[in-house]
Amino acid sequence: MVNRVVVGAHYGLRDWLIQRVTAVVMAVYIVSLAGYLLLQTDLDYDVWTALFSSQTVRTFTLLFLLSLFYHAWVGIRDIVMDYVKSAAVRLVIHVLVILALLLYAIWSVQILWGF
Amino acid sequence: MKFRIYRYNPDTDTAPYMQDYELDIRLDDSTQGKMLLDALLLIKEQDDSLSLRKSCREGVCGSDAMNINGRNGLACITPLSSLKEPVTLRPLPGLPVIRDLIVDMTQFFKQYHSIKPYLINNDPPPETERLQSPEQRAHLNGLYECILCGCCTTACPSFWWNPDKFVGPAGLLQAYRFIADTRDQATSERLDDLEDPYRLFRCHTIMNCVDVCPKELNPTEAIGKIKDMMVKRLV
Repeated sequence: MVNRVVVGAHYGLRDWLIQRVTAVVMAVYIVSLAGYLLLQTDLDYDVWTALFSSQTVRTFTLLFLLSLFYHAWVGIRDIVMDYVKSAAVRLVIHVLVILALLLYAIWSVQILWGF
Repeated sequence: MKFRIYRYNPDTDTAPYMQDYELDIRLDDSTQGKMLLDALLLIKEQDDSLSLRKSCREGVCGSDAMNINGRNGLACITPLSSLKEPVTLRPLPGLPVIRDLIVDMTQFFKQYHSIKPYLINNDPPPETERLQSPEQRAHLNGLYECILCGCCTTACPSFWWNPDKFVGPAGLLQAYRFIADTRDQATSERLDDLEDPYRLFRCHTIMNCVDVCPKELNPTEAIGKIKDMMVKRLV
């Protein structure tokens, strides 16, 4: 392979847009959850388990976590693209980050529906 | 007045160094309105080995862009009275130094040329000119004034990390200048060319470009408008 500067992957917009949308999802979730928890006069284990036994809360928590993982993927890839010069090393890091985030997503489901 | 100036002559120096200069001028009525370039030319009378680019000496040509006390700007329109001493002058960051304050702008202009900075219109040219309404023409304000001095692009960390792939704020401002031009017919090709993780999306809205632009232009806003047009095309 000749060593030439190659650009033109024709993606970027979609990820940039998704990063913005996931940021809004996370902001709404964090403000809502923090607001709910701050309104509780005595926040104990019972309140916490009652909250997370609701299917709605579990679903929106999963949506929040998936948004977080996708957001993290775009952000980490941006950092790697800026600072890691070797394409081979970039590929390895990308694969490891994707696998880690997928594992976190599976683990999140186990935590939310596992108790 | 005290100055510290970056010196490097690749023929004789092994490494760059900072050299101190002192000018027998005081900031009073006699130096009112004097610019940094005036002082640099006085220093050049002391030491004619100091190299710098200059031409119009009034902020139109963009030749004397340099890093002034840590901030990119044009020496010819930077008043001496606005500067803290010692005035530290370095070449524009992120580009190879040819000598002293002179940098190699090849990479900058390569990126500028890559966005096809000219009107693309395949209709036969009319007898007089391609007309625009005043409203259509108004969209070019804040875009056409760019003098390509390179202050913004060389202040951009994204350009420092990927100068060969990221177009940079100056190039992207010009890209939007032609996207915004109603006489241009290549809008969709221009958007295709920029829809790329490196060419456009290395911009993380750091806004150093807006901070340093000596013509007070706003490349970040232009980049945002390109993104808006891409979103509009997508949805």
